[in-house]
Amino acid sequence: MSPSPAPVPTPAAVPTPAAARFPVAGPAPGTDPAPGTDPAIAVEGLRKKYGPKAALDGLDLTVPRGTVHGILGPNGAGKTTLVRILSTLLRPDAGTARVAGFDVLRRPDEVRVRIGLLGQHAAVDEELSGRQNLEMFGRLYHLGARAAAVRAGELLERFALADTGRKAVGGYSGGMRRRLDLAASLIMAPRILFLDEPTTGLDPRGRTEVWQAVRSLVEGGTTVLLTTQYLEEADQLADRISVVDGGRVIADGTSDELKAEVGGDRIDVVLHDPADLGRAAAALGAVAGPPTADADARRVSAPVADRMTALTETVRALAAAGIEARDIALRRPTLDEVFLHLTHRPAMEETTA
Amino acid sequence: MSTATAPAPVPGTRFRTAGWVLTDSWTMTRRGLAHWARQPVQVVVGLVFPVMMLVMFGYFLGGGMALPGGGDYQEYLVPGMLALTMAFGLEATMVAVTQDLNKGVIDRFRSMPMAPSAVLIGRSVLDMLESSVSLLVMIGAGLAMGWRWHSGLDNALYAVGLLLLLRFAMLWIGIHLALVAGKPELFQAVQILIWPVGFLSSAFVSPASMPGWMGAVAEWNPMSATSGAIRQLFGNPRPAGDGWAAQHAELLAVVWPLALLVVFFPLAVRRFGRLGK
Repeated sequence: MSPSPAPVPTPAAVPTPAAARFPVAGPAPGTDPAPGTDPAIAVEGLRKKYGPKAALDGLDLTVPRGTVHGILGPNGAGKTTLVRILSTLLRPDAGTARVAGFDVLRRPDEVRVRIGLLGQHAAVDEELSGRQNLEMFGRLYHLGARAAAVRAGELLERFALADTGRKAVGGYSGGMRRRLDLAASLIMAPRILFLDEPTTGLDPRGRTEVWQAVRSLVEGGTTVLLTTQYLEEADQLADRISVVDGGRVIADGTSDELKAEVGGDRIDVVLHDPADLGRAAAALGAVAGPPTADADARRVSAPVADRMTALTETVRALAAAGIEARDIALRRPTLDEVFLHLTHRPAMEETTA
Repeated sequence: MSTATAPAPVPGTRFRTAGWVLTDSWTMTRRGLAHWARQPVQVVVGLVFPVMMLVMFGYFLGGGMALPGGGDYQEYLVPGMLALTMAFGLEATMVAVTQDLNKGVIDRFRSMPMAPSAVLIGRSVLDMLESSVSLLVMIGAGLAMGWRWHSGLDNALYAVGLLLLLRFAMLWIGIHLALVAGKPELFQAVQILIWPVGFLSSAFVSPASMPGWMGAVAEWNPMSATSGAIRQLFGNPRPAGDGWAAQHAELLAVVWPLALLVVFFPLAVRRFGRLGK
């Protein structure tokens, strides 16, 4: 069978014994400073150095409640450092960070009951079964033994792990392990979820599974901070994206806004004969913006101002030059191109850690 | 945000933390017990290994051993092996803590509103439990080999107490080393170094039979203190030695572990608290 994660519960949709003891629904008056108005995450001037190297160099970030915010950047940009500070695992050198309205340094326990963390490496006990893991974490959240057991059962069911039985997590597939990790992050139905490169190292199926789970979670109103180096992932999941490089935010906006910054749409022409590449680039350059050529893909592309005019003029210019095209397409720029535009270097270049 | 989707508030206040230390430590202990239940072979191997050493030294080498002060070598060996097993527990603790730290599950523990000390307390409870069982098994094996205690059950129980005290000190050294190194590479160094350190003691032979300065170092080894003291308490033959340390083994068997604890317990706790810095 192909396990696919069932819809993730909203806090209100999961009446558990835990909910009776610690009301999962309904705010406790006075426990939240200015409930409902604070952003889910507010970060100002965050700095963190490892030796001489600054992992975070004055990072600012605001994430409104109920949104998915993507942190996009290459290896070493400071994404994981940011998540570790926000989830109280790491102390910053300078700056402030508030999560759910609480300062991560002054009130870490208040933050901890309101967040879920899905790190890069599965943070579950590999020697125990999925159920044993979830029950253990439930007890450590002080749900009590019975409530922890009930909650574990619900989450196993919801993430299609109910039939794993006594099998140790070490024998799970990558996707199953991630789902269990996600389930463990959701025991307390947290209002804020940190996902640090949640699909790194997963095969495409595992990736789709995690994406589906995140989407259904977001429908329940959870705020998600998602770091990724996959441009497609940020594009797929995030309402807004902050592009991070060298420990600071170098651009932010919606996916569309970021793409617009690179100069709107692009036209791609795929050629029959690679020998035409030079002439096609010249023809394209005459009717659109400065062209770039990719010899391997036999493709020439250029930014365009007006989609339809550009398309007709390109077809005409190619015909006039006697160049045969295999495919002509208009498209939005990719986030790869955005990153290249912002940093003047490719997003995926190999960085030595 | 409507009340229906508001998340869980924090149950209680900061006063809850004291109670959490107990419940969370118990949860962490249960986790270790579940590991044992899943790896019974590993547990049995851990218990059999010191018995195997006892048999090797008692029968393979023991025949050629003569004690300078006279007496039966089996009677001399068993207490030494008990002390050595407690000291070697350092390695077991270090391996367990290092594996935990490298597994990422520690990150989840630390991102949860649990008592952070529970991770270390759970580890100590488990290791002390394991060592107690190990002591029982070894004492049983010793009895089967003809070893006896001759000075009453109360002294024998005091001796067991001294052994567990040594184990407790080694436990915190092990935790500290794991936190300092945090990498499996250091295992090997410790796994190798623990042998000469363990043998440079009165565990197997009398330090008097070693070259002068080595014998002096061996007499001061905490393991010599504990094995000397428990030999006295069990009424077993003691190493011939006239150094101050050899003469005051009972005192040192208490002072050494306490001194090690005074140093390494705060260091380890501080290290654990500083994981986030």
